Amino acid sequence: MSKVRVATMWFSGCSGCHMSFLDLDERLLELKEALEIVYSPLVDIKEIPEGIDVALIEGSVNTTEQLELLREMRRKCKILVAFGDCATTGNIPSMRNPIPRDEVLREVYGDGNPPGMEEGEVPALLPQALPLHAYVRVDYYIPGCPPDSDRIWKFLSTLLKEGKPRLEGEEIRFG
Amino acid sequence: MITLKLNGREVRAQEGQTILEVAREHGVRIPTLCYLEGLSPRGSCRLCLVEVRNWGGKLVPACATQVEEGMDVVTHNERINRIRRLVLEMLFVERNHICAFCVSSGHCELQDLAVELGMDHVTLPYRYPGLAMDLSHEDYGIDHNRCVLCGRCVRACSEVEGAFTWGFQGRGIQIQVAPDLGGPWGDSETCTSCGKCVQACPTGALFEKGVGTAAQTKRPEVILEVTERRPRV
Repeated sequence: MSKVRVATMWFSGCSGCHMSFLDLDERLLELKEALEIVYSPLVDIKEIPEGIDVALIEGSVNTTEQLELLREMRRKCKILVAFGDCATTGNIPSMRNPIPRDEVLREVYGDGNPPGMEEGEVPALLPQALPLHAYVRVDYYIPGCPPDSDRIWKFLSTLLKEGKPRLEGEEIRFG
Repeated sequence: MITLKLNGREVRAQEGQTILEVAREHGVRIPTLCYLEGLSPRGSCRLCLVEVRNWGGKLVPACATQVEEGMDVVTHNERINRIRRLVLEMLFVERNHICAFCVSSGHCELQDLAVELGMDHVTLPYRYPGLAMDLSHEDYGIDHNRCVLCGRCVRACSEVEGAFTWGFQGRGIQIQVAPDLGGPWGDSETCTSCGKCVQACPTGALFEKGVGTAAQTKRPEVILEVTERRPRV
């Protein structure tokens, strides 16, 4: 049986969801038999390959670059998963949303021409930090900040075994 | 005694009881948020809506509707579940509820409701209003970002403490709870600093100062305990 091709992405989040993924510890060995990570901040592959089965995306969508990558991933993957609260609700990065974008940038970088104000070496900051489903169809959600490794395990193992993930009760709690 | 139907089962109830009270007596759980035992019911959050089949399927708030003879009440079905989920989503998008950052995470009735209603994401667009905090009180703070306008603080303050410090100000989407004639809370001449509003608050909107993320536990049942101990005339 060929292995399930999995990608992970890291947008505006703290990488806590990825750390939680690594917290699967010895269960990673079991996963290794069933899936292959073909694109991820954890591996050194620059371009998103074609034919991805499952994409786990951490973080909210904050910049033009992230939005492009998100759309590219949507085209290239079968199942797109909002991985953690930032991807699911906007979470901490969305705390800037009540404040106008330019005001945020000037507060952080001072006057002049702050990075992110316009498209340049640094991608432009979007007006608001939004969850993935504000832009693309999301197939499943793994809430949690971060989702603990048991929750991630339950999601992945039920997805691999039953073809459909099954998170229920406390397993969907935000925060 | 009154006889009515609850989810197709015949049950007996006392005159004057609400649908919610009867449902609880019979072990039927109806989600609530603005309701708190010991306070007068308000029926404002709409999470406890139930369907009365022989009233043409009318939806009524279970906490504020008294039972009537022959009433045919349904507490859960596809339509009610859908409406409850929509109501809950509207509560989540109205202000800035960021669980990971909140003192009440893990002890929050709004967060619990998302678990209970199976809400793993919010389909409505978030509003992201710009709202302030008032940290002028010596012991307590209020963060309007987390307020669901249930009015439990307002009722605890007036009905139980008798201070009448908290009230609503503004209209429609601008409405906020406010102490005295608009605050700041620390300048209030009526507030007794009893903390009942904080205990009654279902979210992290009202909190004790100095409490960290996820560390704010509350005892909303204190409201009922206090009222039950009072001598009755």
